[in-house]
Amino acid sequence: MHQIKKREDFSDITFSIEVEHPLLAKAAQPGQFVIVRTHQTGERIPLTIADYDREKGTITMVIQAVGKTTREMQAMCRPGAHLAGIAGPLGMPSHIGQARKVVCIGGGLGVAPTYPQLRAHKLNGAYVIGIVGFRSRNLVFWEDRFRAFTDEYLVCTDDGSAGIRGLVTDGLREVISRHPDIDEVIAIGPPVMMKFCSDVTRPFGIRTTVSLNPIMVDGTGMCGGCRVTVAGQMKLGCVDGPDFDGHQVDFDELINRLGRYKEDERLAMERWLRHRDHCRLVGQATGGAS
Amino acid sequence: MSTVKKTLRSIPQDRTPLPEVAPEIRVRSFREVAEGYSRDQALHEANRCLGCSKPGCVTGCPVSINIPGFIRRIQEKNFREAYEILTRSTTLPAVCGRVCRQEDQCEGSCTVGRKLAPVAIGNLERWLGDLAIREGWHLERTGARTGRQVAVIGSGPAGLACAADMVRAGCEVTVFEALHEPGGVLKYGIPEFRLPNDVVDAEVENLKRLGVRFECDALIGRLLTIEELKKDMGFEAVFIGTGAGYPSFMGIPGESLNGVLSANEFLTRCNLMKACNFPCTDTPVHTGRRVAVIGAGNTAMDALRVAARLGAEKTYCLYRRSRSESPARLEELRHAEEEGVEFRWLTLPLEILNDGQGSVRGLSCVRTELGEPDASGRRKASTVPGTEHVIEVDMVIYALGTNANPIIGQTSSLKLDARGYIATNERLETSMPGVFAGGDIVTGAATVISAMGAGRRAAGAMKTLFGFRSN
Repeated sequence: MHQIKKREDFSDITFSIEVEHPLLAKAAQPGQFVIVRTHQTGERIPLTIADYDREKGTITMVIQAVGKTTREMQAMCRPGAHLAGIAGPLGMPSHIGQARKVVCIGGGLGVAPTYPQLRAHKLNGAYVIGIVGFRSRNLVFWEDRFRAFTDEYLVCTDDGSAGIRGLVTDGLREVISRHPDIDEVIAIGPPVMMKFCSDVTRPFGIRTTVSLNPIMVDGTGMCGGCRVTVAGQMKLGCVDGPDFDGHQVDFDELINRLGRYKEDERLAMERWLRHRDHCRLVGQATGGAS
Repeated sequence: MSTVKKTLRSIPQDRTPLPEVAPEIRVRSFREVAEGYSRDQALHEANRCLGCSKPGCVTGCPVSINIPGFIRRIQEKNFREAYEILTRSTTLPAVCGRVCRQEDQCEGSCTVGRKLAPVAIGNLERWLGDLAIREGWHLERTGARTGRQVAVIGSGPAGLACAADMVRAGCEVTVFEALHEPGGVLKYGIPEFRLPNDVVDAEVENLKRLGVRFECDALIGRLLTIEELKKDMGFEAVFIGTGAGYPSFMGIPGESLNGVLSANEFLTRCNLMKACNFPCTDTPVHTGRRVAVIGAGNTAMDALRVAARLGAEKTYCLYRRSRSESPARLEELRHAEEEGVEFRWLTLPLEILNDGQGSVRGLSCVRTELGEPDASGRRKASTVPGTEHVIEVDMVIYALGTNANPIIGQTSSLKLDARGYIATNERLETSMPGVFAGGDIVTGAATVISAMGAGRRAAGAMKTLFGFRSN
């Protein structure tokens, strides 16, 4: 059982939780992830480590409440509450090499996991350009953290309410036009975004690292559910990744595999909503005694 | 109690059959198929043991259980003492009684078995193990507490056996398990109809009562390295029993389609994550209506039978060799046959076919024929041209065996062999002082009892390292 120390809500669906786990905080490296279980009959869901504090002994995860389990987490993960289990850190740490100029791109769920990577590159002495994408201004979060560890920070919004109007790929093209000497682009976000970022950098031959999020059960190299095709070879996201060369990843295959349980996810969500509403009604009928 | 010397003629001639739930009933639930002996049946079967002075069964047992000894105590209705004799050699009798290959081990060397059906040693062991769970009997320490710190990595059969021996010898034992529940393959791999999770939990509980600490959700190599366990955490000896869990695929086209799974994934979703209860539990499995399992070992039988229980209308077992080369236990093959599995022997998959939407629609196969034995001693299968055909399925499960998990090798300086397994000497010592390894992570995929045997051998070597007198 791991206690939730802090929670921050960034929008109606996005929130962060800071959870106590001293050993994990000590071991965590940029690019790694954890598998969380909310309760005994819960599923094992992989979440990227968005931050870790070795002194406080905590790790931070940013969650988008889009499915049954994440909606449930949004409802139950208050400070003082406990998670049934956290396994990790999992996956290979990101390679923080000698790159002198690095672009870190985060979109959607991928914004937060970009943070430990760009911080590591900045502390390593690199010139760091951060590009983050949101739908609109009110969804932007962690601007202060990103600004603290970037030399340039670019926000892209769908509606233009903050930063430039457009997708992160538009921001990336603009950055590449100004910087002919980029050593590495790191893109983390929805598979489609990572695919298009890789397409943008390919003609320039810029090394592009993506962090994949395939469906997995154990996260330890046992189930093989997270297999992805990279340069024609089968790799396991949990053991060989999650970071891979974006120019070599078969994104269409990944996107297809991510849709495997869509129907089951819908069923689980409907059932959960029914239960939740039922509980609320019962609560009201009995006077909602707390 | 009879004092007359038993002979082959004086004992009950027929082996007492193990009661089983009828196929048409059991295939609709995860209830255990073999129901276990009653007390009377156990006594009857125990009376078939001749109590040989040079018992072949003991030699046949990988952990050298004093089989005539415990069976004699059953004959004498001295069940508690029988349990104590049994647990001198095995700490998981209810598990081993169920999943050991007795036909090749103890029962394969039984004197009675030369003329009649061998004594049902496994069934008696299971009966005693179950009785102990019901009665709340538990293991005792054999030595005084020494304060010596031992880390065990992995809580499958090898790890549990090593932990049991070391805690009984007076050590402080911590078991690190990567998943959220202890038991390893006994929990995630073997289905409940063959080995109920409650039985595994009871055996684990037994170890907890002796003082073994279980740290779950702890993947060694990532959360802590072997070096950190030794240097920072103060463990004087470490046993690595992480098993061979890395799944194998064939490398044929179509393996990335939706509906293609490793048996590990399929079984873990069902057994550990309880996908059979979805959506009451959160993990789905999405079983196909027509399921093909590639491979014909025990894991393949488990996957086929789970698929049948989850509502598959048709289950096919595909194997490139024939029934006589199948590595599965005969009992498992028989159970699968009774439950309607269609065996396609001498069949090799060539390609998994796409339904146009990224999911499986069928399996393109070719017939094979067997030639001379190959390096493994099994007859080599070669394809027969012109026999290509398609089997229509919407789910394909790979049960082709497993390989070494690379994590501990990548994150430590341990010496590995050419195939990536941990290299050890005959005392199961690795290249790192005080670090031992055993079970599938050393030998490659094998059996529960051989892993247990390795865990016990490593424990013996640890005791020598600590200067304990052997007992």
